[in-house]
Amino acid sequence: MTFKAVIWKDWIVFLNKIASNTISAVVGPTLYLLAFGWGIGGQVSVAGQSYVSFVIPGIVAMNSMSVSFGIIASSLNISRLYDKTFEAEMMSPITPVAYTMAKVAVGIGRGIYCATLIIAVSLLFDRSLVLSPYFLLVLALNCAVFSIIGFIVGLLIKSHGDMAKVSNFVITPMSFLCGTLFPLDRFPVLLRALFEFLPLSMAVTGLRQGAAGPNSWVVPAVLAAWCLVLFPVAVNVCKKAE
Amino acid sequence: MIEYQNVSKFYGDLAAVDGISLDIPDGEFFGLLGPNGAGKTTIIRMTTALTAVSSGAILIDGEPINRDLSKTKQRFGVVPQYTNLEAEISARQNLDYHGRLYGMDTSLRKSKIDELLEFAELSDRADDKASSYSSGMRRRLMIIKALMHSPDVLFLDEPTVGLDATARRNIWDLLRNMNSQGLTIFLTTHYLEEAQALCSRVGLIDKGKMVQLDSPSALIASHGNYILEYFKDGEMVYQFFNAREEAVKASEWLNASFQVREANLEDVFVALTNRRIAES
Ligand SMILES: Nc1ncnc2c1ncn2[C@@H]1O[C@H](COP(=O)(O)OP(=O)(O)O)[C@@H](O)[C@H]1O
Ligand SMILES: [Mg+2]
Repeated sequence: MTFKAVIWKDWIVFLNKIASNTISAVVGPTLYLLAFGWGIGGQVSVAGQSYVSFVIPGIVAMNSMSVSFGIIASSLNISRLYDKTFEAEMMSPITPVAYTMAKVAVGIGRGIYCATLIIAVSLLFDRSLVLSPYFLLVLALNCAVFSIIGFIVGLLIKSHGDMAKVSNFVITPMSFLCGTLFPLDRFPVLLRALFEFLPLSMAVTGLRQGAAGPNSWVVPAVLAAWCLVLFPVAVNVCKKAE
Repeated sequence: MIEYQNVSKFYGDLAAVDGISLDIPDGEFFGLLGPNGAGKTTIIRMTTALTAVSSGAILIDGEPINRDLSKTKQRFGVVPQYTNLEAEISARQNLDYHGRLYGMDTSLRKSKIDELLEFAELSDRADDKASSYSSGMRRRLMIIKALMHSPDVLFLDEPTVGLDATARRNIWDLLRNMNSQGLTIFLTTHYLEEAQALCSRVGLIDKGKMVQLDSPSALIASHGNYILEYFKDGEMVYQFFNAREEAVKASEWLNASFQVREANLEDVFVALTNRRIAES
């Protein structure tokens, strides 16, 4: 199956660099945890819990987002503009739908791998995180949304320099504005309404509240809706990208 | 059967390919001969679903090509002008990935990979990363990769550029041999010897237009099989003649140094376009 072929190749590439992949995945989040966990975490409490417990789901969501987005966008961009392996893949019997699905699956896998590492590190700081099937579902959907966005961006942008711009103007602002480091209700009502349905805000809410939270079904539903809207766009881009 | 119906490709105002019409029947050894920038690569890229036609149509067995046509793509093997290898994995893994994309099962992949690596004399470097290969090795790897899934139609975009004479001959022998076993071959080149030696039919292409299309011998015969070549007013003059004696006779009137020789595809190209293939 062509879908499995793409996953296999990414797996091989991942294994080739497993040490650096793993180390680079934990450095950033560990610094965040140090700063917010030991640095200010002890003294501050947010929304009725310690700040460390509050911020850990935010950091998990934020990192899985940037990992899924970054890995898919940059690997596609390189294979399209430099290695030209994207052309080899497009000439092969794989269909754009299967190719898009495979790359999104890779993005989900890589995102969850990093999230697992971060959660492991976070246990050194705080043990209140509740891992559940619901948690995993929200995490996977978050990775899926941002893998799809990464897929579209990787196939559309014209140079590797533009990648940094997209990160600066889209991914980094979202990292801070989606309830990751502080609750959304600190925003004025209008802004809050604007940010609330962004995928990352949804994921943060879901990871933080768990299945027991109020209207917990809304989170996976909205994330799935984002996927359903963006996936056909990605497939369409894949049919034409050069 | 590949049909080109008045195919054009525009990049802004530039017509990279300009109204090409052509049929390539199964089993043919077809060549596109033209200088750099003539539009050869663009024609191959359109045929293999990498870029869309701007107008006209390319039909493969009656169907317009696109990236959803898995069955058609399965039948194609492509050696592009520039390498498209996965740099971070080994040659063996590159071939393995290719085999998986083309739905080959594990045992077939294994035997085919060993056979092809052996054939390309890459066996002892098979587990090195493709990025560590020399350009000649990459070219060989690209060619066996295209053959990995036993395609029916092989596209080769300037396959022997940068290779030495021996390597070029070896590839020629391989291609002739495979064509005689039924493989359809579509080759582009700017080496007239290559087109003349290999192709049963050659399209001469310049600035996106097909200027003439026929077998190499018919292309030459339509202009004259012999060339009388001499200097006049500081310029080289090439005159076609049907027979050597006619050319020799004409040379008797010259008081400059001259040469009588057999005509080749370059002469035909110059006669048609006033441009050389090699210089541009
Ligand atoms: N992606 C592109 N964008 C703009 N111009 C292009 C592109 N690809 C090819 N061209 C132009 O189209 C013409 C034909 O190019 P090409 O098909 O590569 O010629 P050849 O392979 O015969 O050397 C050239 O003038 C080239 O510069
Ligand atoms: Mg070319």
